[in-house]
Amino acid sequence: MSELRELYQEIILDHNKNPRNFGPLASANLSREGYNPLCGDHLHVHLEICDGRLKAINFEGSGCAISKASASLMTSALKGKSIEEAVNIFTDFHSMVTADVSVPVDEKKLGKMAIFAGVREFPMRVKCCTLAWHAVNSALTDKDNVVSTE
Amino acid sequence: MVLNEPTLDGLSCSFDIAEVRHDFPILNSKVNGKPLVYLDNASTTQKPSAVLNVLDHHYTNENANIHRGVHDLSQKATIAYEKARDRVGRFLNTAESDEIVFVRGTTEAINLVAQSFGRQQIVEGDEIIISQMEHHSNIVPWQVLCKEKKAVLRIIPINSSGELLFDDYVNLLNSNTKIVSISHASNVLGTINPIREITSRAHAVGAVVVIDGAQGVPHLEVDVSSIDCDFYTFSGHKFFAPTGIGVLYGKKNLLEDMPPWETGGSMITKVSLEEGTTYASVPTKFEAGTPSIAGAISLAAAIDYVENLGLDVIEKHERDLLNYGEQLLSEIPGLHVFGQAKEKVGVISFALESIHPHDIGTILDTEGIAIRAGHHCAQPLMDFYKVPAMARASIAFYNSHVEMELLASSIEKVRRVFN
Repeated sequence: MSELRELYQEIILDHNKNPRNFGPLASANLSREGYNPLCGDHLHVHLEICDGRLKAINFEGSGCAISKASASLMTSALKGKSIEEAVNIFTDFHSMVTADVSVPVDEKKLGKMAIFAGVREFPMRVKCCTLAWHAVNSALTDKDNVVSTE
Repeated sequence: MVLNEPTLDGLSCSFDIAEVRHDFPILNSKVNGKPLVYLDNASTTQKPSAVLNVLDHHYTNENANIHRGVHDLSQKATIAYEKARDRVGRFLNTAESDEIVFVRGTTEAINLVAQSFGRQQIVEGDEIIISQMEHHSNIVPWQVLCKEKKAVLRIIPINSSGELLFDDYVNLLNSNTKIVSISHASNVLGTINPIREITSRAHAVGAVVVIDGAQGVPHLEVDVSSIDCDFYTFSGHKFFAPTGIGVLYGKKNLLEDMPPWETGGSMITKVSLEEGTTYASVPTKFEAGTPSIAGAISLAAAIDYVENLGLDVIEKHERDLLNYGEQLLSEIPGLHVFGQAKEKVGVISFALESIHPHDIGTILDTEGIAIRAGHHCAQPLMDFYKVPAMARASIAFYNSHVEMELLASSIEKVRRVFN
């Protein structure tokens, strides 16, 4: 149960219930779709990039608590960042959740996102918490249109 | 716990659930520190010692390739493999055991029918009927065939309880209908389809009937002669046998007229580079390469085990469990059960408020409870109910009333985490 509490922390449940930056973004000039066919998580991320910075970032769609909370916290973490900073944050986040549980979490570097360290105890759920991140990373590094975590 | 059940002849037969569970070693294991409560039986079932021992015995004492060697081990393996075919034939009540083709599973069986019978018989404008509730393995092979042959795929609609609209089915039938392919029971809704009536209606317009029995055989007595379907398919691993073995039953005259599907060794009579190749007779014609010998032998052992318990007793126990489970779950606020057909096998797919099935699955897993969360390889059905996914608890005869109570109390825990 302790691992479970670590996964479904208050902040994750809150962002699931009241996702931030949720919904369409009229000013978006870049959008990407993230889809996990296995569980049906299906998100769109919308970015407004202005002078090499993420001026605004929204997401919409449906998914589990982990994918929604991760997307919500991601939008807060990336808003206002330069493209390079955003890609670095993606890399740090991705490394954290895919690392072995024994690897200490650099809370200073990851900030609020460090709460997702608990997902490492649930390997099947790593895909959920990285779905929106992969979509943004693909948008910023110009990969395929639809991102799948399968 | 011993459940005493009156039988039709007035005698009582007993089903000792503790003893039955003892037959399945894995049920004694712990998951996340809790006793395993395995409720993902529609995905795959656990294997009794009787099956595991046969598998072990085969590889320890009789392993050899079949239909080839003159040596002792090969003869033993061949005899055991062909005896397994006879056993499956008796189990399904086929006219002849040659009507049993061993395949990898239901998916391969349906693909075999679509690619062999279908490609031979279907022409432009022909119609194939499936239903809204099919597993992807009974959708995609027909889509591929229809695309290739410019045939039309027709879909029998369902009502919100998850029952086929039979009148709509009858209306779809016409002289262009060539194949009707329907699940015996739905892997998501549990609905038992009226395959006898479906078959007789299809035959009336000259169509051939394929039954996807993946969820039928583990729960229901199946008599293909009485159903009169043309093909019936099932998977061993959903029937207490190992993965990699499955069954295609086909009426002999149909199988005989069908071209081979996969080709190679075993399925030939004579191969000549000058004169070409002649094929073996049914069923060997459809078993190219070395089959899952141990799988077939273990499947026969699984059939022995299940028949020894008694199909009628199993059906009764599962029906009690299903009713009990559905009753307990219906008392949970915010829980909705999909699939409320009058006739059901032990499958309970549900939604809990707006909590995503994957979150339900993860939290139940920490309680040792294995359920499935996802689209269950039935995306058209998810579209019908307008949900991206469902949580599904599916029952086998080794499940107990206590496990139903644990499921319900753990779902309450999920609610507490999210509220």
